[in-house]
Amino acid sequence: MKRITDAFSRAKAEGRGAFVAFMSIGYPSIEKSEVAVETLISEGADIIELGVPFSDPFADGAVIRSAAYEALRQGVTLADVLALASRVRARHPETGLVLFSYYNLIFSNGLERFADDAAAAGIDAVLAVDLPLEERDELLSVLKPRGISYVPLIAPNTPMERVKESAAGLDNTFLYVITVKGITGARKELPKELSARLDEIRAAVDLPIAAGFGISTKEQADEVSRHADGYIIGSALVKRFGGAA
Amino acid sequence: MAKGHFGIYGGQYVAETLMAPLKELEAAYEEAMKDPAFKAEFESLLRDYVGRESPLTVCRRLSEHLGGATIVLKREDLNHTGAHKVNNTIGQALLAKRMGKRRLIAETGAGMHGVATATVAALFGLECEVYMGAIDVVRQAPNVARMKMLGAKVHAVEEGSATLKDAMNEALRDWVTNCDDTFYVIGTAAGPHPYPEMVKEFQSVIGRESRRQSLEKFGRLPDMAVACVGGGSNAIGMFAGFMDDKDVKLVGVEAGGKGVETGEHAASINGGRLGVLHGAKTMLLQTKDGNVIDTYSVSAGLDYPGVGPEHCHLHDIGRVEYAVINDDEAISAFDDLCRFEGIIPALESSHALAEAIKRAPKMPKDSIILVCLSGRGDKDLENIMNYKKKFDV
Repeated sequence: MKRITDAFSRAKAEGRGAFVAFMSIGYPSIEKSEVAVETLISEGADIIELGVPFSDPFADGAVIRSAAYEALRQGVTLADVLALASRVRARHPETGLVLFSYYNLIFSNGLERFADDAAAAGIDAVLAVDLPLEERDELLSVLKPRGISYVPLIAPNTPMERVKESAAGLDNTFLYVITVKGITGARKELPKELSARLDEIRAAVDLPIAAGFGISTKEQADEVSRHADGYIIGSALVKRFGGAA
Repeated sequence: MAKGHFGIYGGQYVAETLMAPLKELEAAYEEAMKDPAFKAEFESLLRDYVGRESPLTVCRRLSEHLGGATIVLKREDLNHTGAHKVNNTIGQALLAKRMGKRRLIAETGAGMHGVATATVAALFGLECEVYMGAIDVVRQAPNVARMKMLGAKVHAVEEGSATLKDAMNEALRDWVTNCDDTFYVIGTAAGPHPYPEMVKEFQSVIGRESRRQSLEKFGRLPDMAVACVGGGSNAIGMFAGFMDDKDVKLVGVEAGGKGVETGEHAASINGGRLGVLHGAKTMLLQTKDGNVIDTYSVSAGLDYPGVGPEHCHLHDIGRVEYAVINDDEAISAFDDLCRFEGIIPALESSHALAEAIKRAPKMPKDSIILVCLSGRGDKDLENIMNYKKKFDV
């Protein structure tokens, strides 16, 4: 099954960018984040990124960090996130599901075991924030046999040659193009050079590309969609569905 | 392909945005290492600014009292700024200057690395911001004052356990945002490649000097070299000098806090399992789910859940033994050094000293234990007074 490829194809056929929605799972509670995921799918999210809470979220801005700490306070683990994923999968056979995690959570109890659990939960692809090209082979070697893909991150300072290497050998996924140097979180303005950068990346690879970090408004999403195959919204959604547990 | 691995440990587990700055750093570092002018400037600063070489001091009264091996101290506490940390910050600041960076950032636990970074920032006319866990800001207040005096901005990090690991998280967030003009001065032999290798290179002066001084002074090498291990920079610097001397037993000492069995400790090699944090595969103190555990040690500088990847490897291959010293043993060793030798050691270094004190009586009288006295203890006095009041010792 190529749910991620299909999601981008569907959006393209409808003349829009694919909507990739990130949720910090377990915030404000497992139940409420599950409701949030349902709401997002009903509002047209094509792909859901399920954020696993980690004790040391060094790539995240204040909103996602606070959400992770609250989820951890409630004892939410990777197993809980995967259990939620399998429930969502049962209800939505077509929605793309990306597990979004720091590497230690998926590495420290054994990659084989993780890959089995992720496959059983219906995860389509994994994104590990701190697993660059140089280190990803050990994870890919357990994901591929189980039909799970991987989402590479592309930074503003990633050279084009490296962009191509990052995309090589992957299927049923997209390139997550980070719009700004920095951490996650809404920004009033996206960098001026972003459009040209997206055009350049899109021309260089066969995979769809989606832009993320700093995108919070419909205007920003529309602007980005002119130069990318999709857009990712994270912190703004976490904020929207947050509030009292 | 993947670089900077030590056995199964190390690597570059960072966000993609940091790969370009890491490659830039790696290239600059490799080029600098081949440049005699860089080496000459580094060495002249170690001599004329830091005050190297640092002496070896024989602990006569303490050794007599223990009645076994002679304990000898490598006096890194006598360096300018009061610890070994400055060896590394000079090296990294020279690199920063070479790379045209205008701003230094650093994480710090005990504050010694923060002070050493603030110091070289002043020396080279660079901006400096230091991230420090809010708990450490309180328990190492004198060092916070020193950093501010030197012109650095100190950020108290309130998140997570509010100690060294959280300071490092915040420094990484700063670096990922400002990597164009900012150099991240990592203080320990941990983090992504090339930091573990680079920090070892800059700290290896400790081991090289010690080896030569030992030959000059005693006509032979020590039987054992002991150093404390948080991230492990003074230890890797000391061990580097003796790595090929198979007869010199090397012992790293981790912080046992209230005892490894209590769970309140910072002994990553002895009490952790394989994980990934702050850019490297390392032995990590973590929950069964893979979240990082709040560590505990009376010594802020050892209060870190991971450890330098090369130490993990040296443990695996059996070249270095890693022991554990608890808070109470470290405090007792601190007292001993003060009263027998008139030297006030850092709490971190007191862990290494405590291990030597344990072993000395069991060793022959003509044997020598070399202890890396990595820093001085002025910063710890209030902390120790409070500890003694609390536990009535």
